[in-house]
Amino acid sequence: MKQNDVLIRGEHLTKVFGYGKQKTTAVEDVSFAFHEGEIISIVGESGSGKTTLAKMIMGLLKESSGSIEYMGKPRQLKRHGDRKRYWKNIQAIFQDPFSSFNLFYKVEKLLLDCIKLQGVNLTKEEQLRKMKEACSFVNLKFEELHNKYPFELSGGQMQRLMIARIFMLHPKLLIADEPTSMVDACSRSTILDMLLKLRDENNMTIIFITHDVGLAYYVSDTLYIMEQGKVVERGPAEEVILNPQHPYTQQLISDVPKIHSEWDLA
Amino acid sequence: MSTNILEVHGLKTYYRTRLKEHVYAVDGVSFSLEKGKTLGIAGESGCGKSTLALSLMGFYFPPLHFGSGSIVINGTDIMKLGKEQLRAQVSGREISYIPQAAMNALNPTLKIIHFIEDIMKEHRPELNKKQVWDMAAERFETLNLSPKVLHSYPNELSGGMKQRTVIAISTILNPKVLIADEPTSALDVTSQKAVIKLLKSLLDRGFIQSLVFITHELPLLYHVTDDIIVMYAGEIVERGTAEQMIFDPIHPYTKKLMGSIIVPEEGMKGHKLAAIPGTPPNLKNVPEGCRFADRCSYVQETCRKGKIESQTAGDRIYRCIVEPEVLKEWYANEAE
Repeated sequence: MKQNDVLIRGEHLTKVFGYGKQKTTAVEDVSFAFHEGEIISIVGESGSGKTTLAKMIMGLLKESSGSIEYMGKPRQLKRHGDRKRYWKNIQAIFQDPFSSFNLFYKVEKLLLDCIKLQGVNLTKEEQLRKMKEACSFVNLKFEELHNKYPFELSGGQMQRLMIARIFMLHPKLLIADEPTSMVDACSRSTILDMLLKLRDENNMTIIFITHDVGLAYYVSDTLYIMEQGKVVERGPAEEVILNPQHPYTQQLISDVPKIHSEWDLA
Repeated sequence: MSTNILEVHGLKTYYRTRLKEHVYAVDGVSFSLEKGKTLGIAGESGCGKSTLALSLMGFYFPPLHFGSGSIVINGTDIMKLGKEQLRAQVSGREISYIPQAAMNALNPTLKIIHFIEDIMKEHRPELNKKQVWDMAAERFETLNLSPKVLHSYPNELSGGMKQRTVIAISTILNPKVLIADEPTSALDVTSQKAVIKLLKSLLDRGFIQSLVFITHELPLLYHVTDDIIVMYAGEIVERGTAEQMIFDPIHPYTKKLMGSIIVPEEGMKGHKLAAIPGTPPNLKNVPEGCRFADRCSYVQETCRKGKIESQTAGDRIYRCIVEPEVLKEWYANEAE
């Protein structure tokens, strides 16, 4: 792993929903520093605040207190122009591929929109070449797909198409929120390998959100374990998985079925 | 009298498309399940696992149709029974089925106890409300579920709790076979473990005798089931014990599937995952010969001719024309 500059840094981030009796603290006093070209996993059970944290990083939710620094400067999201600039560099893949596509647009239009978003003028041939390149990056055939609608594809293909979009846009930061929870084991390994390839070729920072420590261990350099809004353990993946300190981390690891050791079902 | 509780012979079921084509999603599947044993069914999305589970219940709703074959549960061929007989005598009592995303099937306007009362009205009409309540509460208690759940509406329960409740409801008549179709795939690892514990305790206490567990999570099958069947394009490609299938697969497809396992154990990091190139064949026009031939890295010329019949080697069943010893040699060479 290359130790590069810090891309995004969060200081004492807290998010509170509701007020009075209904008050729930979803994320409590979380600080982090994500480097360029690093893959970070945020692991925790349902309701531990992983997605809320990701949404704050994306700028979709406003933090209740704390601050986020982006490329060394405090993040500005007040004006429309600021937000547009910020979102050019941050992209996301969500859990449910079936709801992340516009059903009325063909695959070709979806990919063409990515080119338009970058604001470059290309000839027809160049556009076609770019789209083919992106599709072959994720092992899809552009010739077979371009005339199809999203609902004609399988879940794995949709998720791969999402990654093809990311490849074309090459953002600085990618947030992958449980991208593999709705696809089968075979497509899952393909998707994880593609995320690794994205990092290796484009030096992208990837935040991988999951509840399965096995997957997190496989893809990431750094792990953040979250329990009820707090980060309870963090560190290099090897250290956290092979030598967990916090009881919650130990429990998470014991909940995953393994193949070389017994699974305690008592 | 055989000890097989479930026997399936040459089962073929198909979907009828709008163009009146017949697409065989389950194409000549035969297997048997002994009393007290658990069986896992694994495979990619679209390989026919869920259609097989649905077919085993004996109810066919268009576009799914029954082709040929027999399903024998505890000595009775259920395909020879009438629809009404099937509903009253077989479903719920002999065989019970938990479909995918079953937890979303609970009517949000009714309390949990209502679903149990509904089942009892049909199958045990002699019981009054109080008796049904006592019975349900006792059952929930033995399964480590709080009887308070019975008073709740579905939206008051968490996902994992809903799933466990659905399993408890569908086994309330002590069916001999329970078919669970991906019962854990929408849950996080902690709730997944709770569901597995529940299934284990159902088996241990004898509420169900045998379990058919469908999933694509292979490490899970390894811990839950005795035997594993791997399906590909509507056919069974290999069967063996869980131990054999995970550590010593014969069929190239099983080998690849096992290569995609991810577990939090030492040596996993930097380990090369096996990705299977291409996509499964379109079942509308399946290729001649081996259905896996196009994606297999050990494909031979003879693979694409005729019909590949399944072979037996000891207690293993596999569908490949290459000898197991030769295949294992190839795997060993590739690993080097």
